[in-house]
Amino acid sequence: MSGVNHHIPDDLLDEWHAGTLPEPFAVVVATHLSICETCRARMEAIDMLGGVVLDHERGAPMSGDAKSRMMAALDGPMPKPAPAPSGIFPSAVMEALGGGPPRWRMLGGGIRQQILMSDEAGSLRLLYIPPGRAVPEHGHQGLELTLVLQGSFSDSGGSFHRGDVETAHAEIDHQPIAGEGDPCICLAATDAPLRFNSMLPRLLQPIFRI
Amino acid sequence: MTEALLAVRDHRDREAFGRLFDHFAPRLKAMMLAGGLRDGSAEDVVQDVMFSVWHKAAQFDPHRANASAWIYGIARNRRIDLARRKPMPQPDELYEPESLEPDAAQVLAMQEEAGHLAEALGRLAPEQAEALRAAYFEELSHSRISEMTGMPLGTIKSRIRLGLERLRHELARIAP
Repeated sequence: MSGVNHHIPDDLLDEWHAGTLPEPFAVVVATHLSICETCRARMEAIDMLGGVVLDHERGAPMSGDAKSRMMAALDGPMPKPAPAPSGIFPSAVMEALGGGPPRWRMLGGGIRQQILMSDEAGSLRLLYIPPGRAVPEHGHQGLELTLVLQGSFSDSGGSFHRGDVETAHAEIDHQPIAGEGDPCICLAATDAPLRFNSMLPRLLQPIFRI
Repeated sequence: MTEALLAVRDHRDREAFGRLFDHFAPRLKAMMLAGGLRDGSAEDVVQDVMFSVWHKAAQFDPHRANASAWIYGIARNRRIDLARRKPMPQPDELYEPESLEPDAAQVLAMQEEAGHLAEALGRLAPEQAEALRAAYFEELSHSRISEMTGMPLGTIKSRIRLGLERLRHELARIAP
């Protein structure tokens, strides 16, 4: 649980808390909060203050039969729970996976990916990078969050292990290299398609959806 | 109220749930009304939230929240889900190791913490307190708050931040 060194930026945490973060980023934040005690405690402190505000509010009276209707409804069916966490994947990732294991597609060089979401809000995918391998150098058109679920990678931004999040903006060209040991499995969200500099010609990108 | 929630969690105690309802339902309704819902739908959402409280009570961990914070969190999520029309991705439960202090001691500590927060809240300048309440309770986006009050966005954000920072400092001073 401890040992997370690279966190979600404050403004994105605030947006997550307000529910305004686009879906792909919201999944990454929920995943980080499943692993990182520090950011989780920050969110809990915010709710603690929300609870104090709630307690001090003068209430609005409920209608006369609201309580009896509530008590009668308690034995009703339980709402469907979210998928349980499985292995390295917290519930938010299992939900995006549709409740099953990843269905990888080979990208070449031993690198695999599965696209979990891709629409106008951005994209979310899982990446699998064998130890010691470089992810092809790429720049971004927008914001990219990359969270390590297993193994590690390092680049000019530092060394990233389970739970760590790298935040990259459009201006950054970086070359992550997977660490030794377990293959590196990452969850990556972008608000724009990636621009790979070397691996595939630009025109082919929509076809391979990378 | 945290004791009542623990009784619901551990014993499925309906009488304790009734007490939670009496305390929280009108406050949650005020929160939903402040967020722009109409009377009838506000009550429906309150019923939804309290239904979740009953069913999710097993997940309540007094080491991480008191009843008010936990229920506020459920209500906040419910309102976000309604606005998004689909569930927001949620983090897994994080549990404290079993060996830590017993619930009763933790409940007391949390109560004390909430008391400090309430005192700190009471010492804020009125416009800071109102900005905080709006952010928490009305859960309007920062830009909506700015629209309504005619204040520029930067001012609002810094005011909320200032409110939170001031709270933190107040708390740091009180804490042993």
